[in-house]
Amino acid sequence: MGFLDTLLGRTKPVQPKLDDLFALPSAAITLEAGAGFTPTGSGSVCFRPVEGRSFADVQKDVTDLLDMSAGQEGALPVEVSKDDYGFTWVVDSRMSSEIDALVTDLHAVNSALVDNGFGPQLLCTLVAFRDAEERRLALIYLFKRGTFYPFAPLAGEKRDNALELQVKGAIGPDLKWEQDLGRWFPVWGAPGL
Amino acid sequence: MAARTRYAPDRGLTARMTATMFLLGLVFVAFVALIVGLMSHYGASSALIVFVAVVVGGGFAIGSLFYSDKIALRTAGAVEVTPEQAPELHGVVDRLCALADMPKPRVAIARSPIPNAFATGRSADKAVLCVTDSLLARLNKDELEGVIAHEMSHVAHKDVQVMTIASFLAIIAALLIRFSFYGELFGGGGRGRGGNNNGGALPILAILMLVSIVVYAISFLLIRMLSRYRELAADRSGALLTGQPSALKSALIKVSEGMNRIPTRDLRAAEPLNAFFFAPAMRLNARSSLSTIFSTHPSLERRLEELDKVQQQLSKAG
Repeated sequence: MGFLDTLLGRTKPVQPKLDDLFALPSAAITLEAGAGFTPTGSGSVCFRPVEGRSFADVQKDVTDLLDMSAGQEGALPVEVSKDDYGFTWVVDSRMSSEIDALVTDLHAVNSALVDNGFGPQLLCTLVAFRDAEERRLALIYLFKRGTFYPFAPLAGEKRDNALELQVKGAIGPDLKWEQDLGRWFPVWGAPGL
Repeated sequence: MAARTRYAPDRGLTARMTATMFLLGLVFVAFVALIVGLMSHYGASSALIVFVAVVVGGGFAIGSLFYSDKIALRTAGAVEVTPEQAPELHGVVDRLCALADMPKPRVAIARSPIPNAFATGRSADKAVLCVTDSLLARLNKDELEGVIAHEMSHVAHKDVQVMTIASFLAIIAALLIRFSFYGELFGGGGRGRGGNNNGGALPILAILMLVSIVVYAISFLLIRMLSRYRELAADRSGALLTGQPSALKSALIKVSEGMNRIPTRDLRAAEPLNAFFFAPAMRLNARSSLSTIFSTHPSLERRLEELDKVQQQLSKAG
């Protein structure tokens, strides 16, 4: 935000950065080789809905679009759910081997919102992973910063920081990591995780 | 490809805020010019008074800016809370920070029967956001999110810094009124005994006092006006951030009702923090125009009206 905007109290809504999301498929391969986590095939996009008709229309278009593309490949249709904080999650479930297609789907949701002028409402994209011990892990993409961070929830709203740091180390420079640990915010009970 | 945006700035509000700041600057320049003129006309005998006022006033402003978070938290009796102690509140703040791409402020809760919230701190990194426990109890999550988005907009707009700088002039003027008053009381007597009365010392203090009083009065009104515009700007940015202007409206109504129900004795205890509050704790007679020009916050009706505009803007088709 520029000096003048600050002085005049004009916040420019932050536009999301979408492109870095496509680093995920190759990072998933590195992750599997390095830490034994495989994609579950499910991923989700989280955004803050805007009240009123026009946003509802856009949201419907997006889910219709995904339903269609998923239908063609014989995968599960998307699910839309609302969390306790009033944020909407669009969950896309595919086969675990289809991470490329999953990322493409998620990107379609994101660009549909951006194209309709609702880019600032995008919060994060989440892709879920599991290892052989059924430990849960998510790689979360922060739209506004264009960075990733790991999130490994344990039972009872605790997170496995050691695992998260291990995952970050295992993937290394394949992803653009969020350097500010204060922004690795938890998403408890995120749909699709 | 340029992304379409639905978040056009409010030109009317920007224009009014610019005009207010311009006037404030104009008063400042006129004040400085008058003082310089007075001193060159009457000699430098009063220069010391002005110098001391600027130094003391500047120290005061910088001090209050640097310790604004500590002072505000102590005055409000607030304690910082960890994510474990207040997971829901932290969850709301986390998400808004990620949406707005802002560093996360510290979060505090104050025990108070007044439902309210404030944000302070000299920079976005040092910001602290405080809500009262009765606000948490009375609002639902959407409304709470609206209030927090409003407070975070204050942080993004650097309102603490802007208002401190804006108040600087008023602080100097107030100090000069006091100094010239004492100067006349004691300085005048001393000259009489010493017998070296140059005849110019007495009028200059009187003129200085008069000028300072006028400057103080004008800048006080302008600062209050600026504060009201910045509240409207924060309402607007907050509602655009969450995309839910109606939730903020409903929070405003609930909070204002709550304030009117609480006895005045309790309210007065919170008065020094008023300028940073989400809604002012002292409500004068809301309808009269006199109370409007003196208050730090716009009237509830005005705020709701502005939020209606945001709502229409967001739901515009296409």
